[in-house]
Amino acid sequence: MAFPVPRTCPFDLPAGYAALRTERPVSRVRLPDGQLAWLVTRYEDVRRLATDPRISADRGHPNSPYTELVTAQGRAAIAAVGRSLIGLDPPEHGPRRRMLMPEFTVRRVNGLRPHIQRVVDESIAALLAGPRPAELVTALALPVTSTVICELLGVPYADRDFFLDRAAVQVRRDVPPERRRQAGGELRAYLDRLVTGKERDGGDDLLSRLAARRNAEFDHDQLVGLAMLLLIAGFESTASMIVLGVVVLLEHGGAAAVPKDPAALGLAVEELLRYLSIVDTMPRVATADIEVGGVTIPAGDGVLLSFASANHDADTFDDPAGLRLGRGSRQHVAFGYGAHQCLGQNLARAELEIVFRSLFTRVPGLRLAVPLADLPFKRDASVYGLDRLPVTW
Amino acid sequence: MTGIAMRLIIDRERCVGAGLCVLSAPELFDQSDADGRVVVRASTDADDPAVHEAGRLCPSGALRIAGP
Repeated sequence: MAFPVPRTCPFDLPAGYAALRTERPVSRVRLPDGQLAWLVTRYEDVRRLATDPRISADRGHPNSPYTELVTAQGRAAIAAVGRSLIGLDPPEHGPRRRMLMPEFTVRRVNGLRPHIQRVVDESIAALLAGPRPAELVTALALPVTSTVICELLGVPYADRDFFLDRAAVQVRRDVPPERRRQAGGELRAYLDRLVTGKERDGGDDLLSRLAARRNAEFDHDQLVGLAMLLLIAGFESTASMIVLGVVVLLEHGGAAAVPKDPAALGLAVEELLRYLSIVDTMPRVATADIEVGGVTIPAGDGVLLSFASANHDADTFDDPAGLRLGRGSRQHVAFGYGAHQCLGQNLARAELEIVFRSLFTRVPGLRLAVPLADLPFKRDASVYGLDRLPVTW
Repeated sequence: MTGIAMRLIIDRERCVGAGLCVLSAPELFDQSDADGRVVVRASTDADDPAVHEAGRLCPSGALRIAGP
């Protein structure tokens, strides 16, 4: 089977996942560069492998399964970013992650909520003051998520157009590898200069705090790699969840579907995360022969853990293709699972809760300005989303 | 559980600071300001459903419920 398989229904997973879970839960797939990898599709298998010490997250491994066509130079660039955190294994991974963990605790994120609320309120006010129809990716999703991550990291917001453009190119599969590599290089050069300034002058932001802790094990280049990872991960996926979440909520009753009670709203966000599963797979490599789902994955083979498929496993979620905002679906793996589970998950939760509540409270008459079928879904991107979302009210 | 207490096992070395325990049972769990790792706030009853939920969600195995 060739992989990735684009989504055809806007909200359902790629066709074939349900059959794979039943018939071949660990199956061989061919990636865009011709390489073969194992695709793991069942919830229990995905969770087990995500915590298996015989599974490596090393993106520099020659068999690391990239789901987009990447050149040798591109692989090297992605591996360099991976070595900053997401592609690290023990014993290097733990200490590096622990440097960041205090910045993203539930309490720390809750402390940011008033600030996030202000950013959201300003974007909605600008939206209401502007023309109709409006475009929600550029009027709300990107301004909110990029402002929040910029202020947290200490990246000047005035530079947002530059890095929004470069970062957006990074996650697309339909952009030639050469252009992706160039965009990545420009973003890296920008962050290199920014981090150098923080190492010199310091400040009250995350990157300055990390710069102050630089040592022999954690050098300038690693800090630049980490800045790049946090910046891209910090807004692209959350912005995609915002726009897709708005469309799904509109399809399910709009303002009436958004719970007022904070606990119920929190659960609704969990269900949206599960239902949409915008990041399908994460690349891993087996470091030993591993028996799973009736097959033995040989040591050295690439493994794709499909968190999206796991989130639609009928053994774990009743009627998985159905959206039920009130169901308790906190056990979803939309943020991954294991030691690499998304570091910013609580920041994402806070942004999503605040955006959905505020948008549908302030603009209860919100509706799509074009038919659902005409929306430009990014069917073949590593982060599923929408290029544009025209709305009116 | 017929009176036989389950046991809550905390392994801070494995904690990756996801905070799902805090979301499940905020009155019982917290995260350290210094390193983001799990802190047990009160003496916990491992039979409490919220504690079970925390154990089920913990992505790193830092928080586990063990039988007697």
